[in-house]
Amino acid sequence: MKWSPRIIFIVILMLGLGVVPLLADYFGEPFYTVMFSRMLILSIGAVSLNLILGFGGMVSFGHAVYLGIGSYMVGIGTMHAVEDGIEWMANGFLQIALAIVFSALAGLVIGAISLRTRGVYFIMITLAFSQMLYYVAVGNEKYGGDDGLSLYMRSDFNGLIDISNDNSLYYLNFVCLLLSLYLSHRLINSRFGMLIRGAKSNEQRMRAIGFPVFRYQLVAFVIAGTICGIAGVLSANQTEFVNPSVMHWTHSGELIIMTVLGGLGTLFGPVIGAVAFLFLEEFLSGITEYWQLFFGPMLVLVVIFARGGIDGMLVGLDQWWSRNSPVKNEEVD
Amino acid sequence: MNWTLLLEQTLNGFQFGILLFLLAAGLTLIFGIMDLINLAHGSLYMMGAYFAATFIKWTGSFLLGAILAIPACMAFGMIVEMIALRTLYTRNHLDQVLATFGLILFFNEFVRLIWGPIGLDIPLPEVLNGSVELFLGIRYPAFRLVIIAVGILVAFLLYLLVSRTKLGMLIRAGASNRKMVGALGVNINLLYTFVFGLGAALAGLAGLMAGPIMTVEIGMGEGILIITLVVIVIGGVGSIKGAFVAALLVGLIDTVGRSFLPDILGIFFSNDVADTAAPAISSMLIYLLMALILAFKPQGLFPPRGA
Repeated sequence: MKWSPRIIFIVILMLGLGVVPLLADYFGEPFYTVMFSRMLILSIGAVSLNLILGFGGMVSFGHAVYLGIGSYMVGIGTMHAVEDGIEWMANGFLQIALAIVFSALAGLVIGAISLRTRGVYFIMITLAFSQMLYYVAVGNEKYGGDDGLSLYMRSDFNGLIDISNDNSLYYLNFVCLLLSLYLSHRLINSRFGMLIRGAKSNEQRMRAIGFPVFRYQLVAFVIAGTICGIAGVLSANQTEFVNPSVMHWTHSGELIIMTVLGGLGTLFGPVIGAVAFLFLEEFLSGITEYWQLFFGPMLVLVVIFARGGIDGMLVGLDQWWSRNSPVKNEEVD
Repeated sequence: MNWTLLLEQTLNGFQFGILLFLLAAGLTLIFGIMDLINLAHGSLYMMGAYFAATFIKWTGSFLLGAILAIPACMAFGMIVEMIALRTLYTRNHLDQVLATFGLILFFNEFVRLIWGPIGLDIPLPEVLNGSVELFLGIRYPAFRLVIIAVGILVAFLLYLLVSRTKLGMLIRAGASNRKMVGALGVNINLLYTFVFGLGAALAGLAGLMAGPIMTVEIGMGEGILIITLVVIVIGGVGSIKGAFVAALLVGLIDTVGRSFLPDILGIFFSNDVADTAAPAISSMLIYLLMALILAFKPQGLFPPRGA
């Protein structure tokens, strides 16, 4: 691996994320652990979205649905455990397993119908499905309806990991993020990933070669949804609160923003994007109550001028670096 | 079954459908001609309502305020188009979704800054505030009838504009082949700005008419925007006829479904189940309709020619 500004930046970012709780404890600001924990969870969501959006070119505008499914698995399980004394329902492993099953099922159904359409229709139909599930959650009075559910305890991992402590939850999130990054690295560089990427750049050709593109895209869609469902489980434990707004379409929009802001179709782009997004939110809302007045136009400017996102800028920096580094210039001469 | 209620709800559904059509017509035109997904269309609807509330307060007259609000909204839309959206026409749909999402955030904060976080209401004049007897003693709010009448009139005018005038010819030509229209010497930028302004005016009209029924508040355009998107997708993106049919269909199904689904479910399930399931299912109805239609006709009911 060659060291370049971009690689150095990513290494520092990941190492930095690894020591956040230690620093936060050292400076006596535990608030930052919680804030960065949110960044990690949304990073997982954005990494999963990036699989289909960045590498597969499928603009899913309903990805927050899986966050919601994962969250509600925790919310419903914990509610039964606390109110009806069914203790096994608060088991974290079970909740994750259920989140995986239901997210995969939802992904399968949504994907099977949506992937029949293309372009703007695909965007709209994924949006419609997410709204549908949003209204299911709103209308379901038994599990909190519009108000949502407050969690009186976090998931129980058989005493293996005690996530009632913010720091250990942080590291659970961190490990999950690393796993999702590793998984997506393996996926996009596999034969499967090549196919998905090939279908993005020229679907007709892929089909002409003889690949059943639909099936591959559907599998990618399901995998992305499943990873995001796990992020939902973590998210519910983080906020200790579940409500339908986690599935709201604006939340899906935010996931897309994070992915694009960081850099579409790059491995670490979504992580950079999620961190940058939440930092901006935190920073701007600290300055003014009307922070979206600045955030909105910023988004427009990023779309118009910085097409590769932050990662794209880093690549640009790399090129500038290699042009101007003295060693390189001598070689060229 | 309560027939009076059914008639009333059908009219309500019709009226909602008309509002949806006013929004969908602009959105579908903008998409069909400029190939732009404009999520901020709901913001134009919101601006229409806020402009109307302000002008009505200034002038003290509902009619005058409403008449002033429409050109204001049109001008506002044209300015937005010239500043922010013009560069997006050649971009992919993802970029457009993102940039116009950014605009929604901006407009919501902008309105909060100018008008404050508390919603406004638009008072109706005496004439429109009462109800009218339709027949057999069935009474219906006068203002809702006005909405239906105005909506049908606008739909008719829009039809005339698009199919009978030179401008309409250019719009249709722009929708099928914009390079050719440009090559024939038409100022395509001006045409785009005008079409966007027209869409904004229609959205503003919908907003100012919705104002007295619903509250004028921040984010009022977002819920209805999603439904409008459903409408144009069902109707076939780019088709005004499709938008009209789909808007009425969605308006009716949504409104009538909400009020009668509990009864219908009650026939098949216990009352308990019906009462808990009905609200969720009735909010899902239009999305189910859309999923169903797209599963069989991926291009919508009236796919535009050449697509």
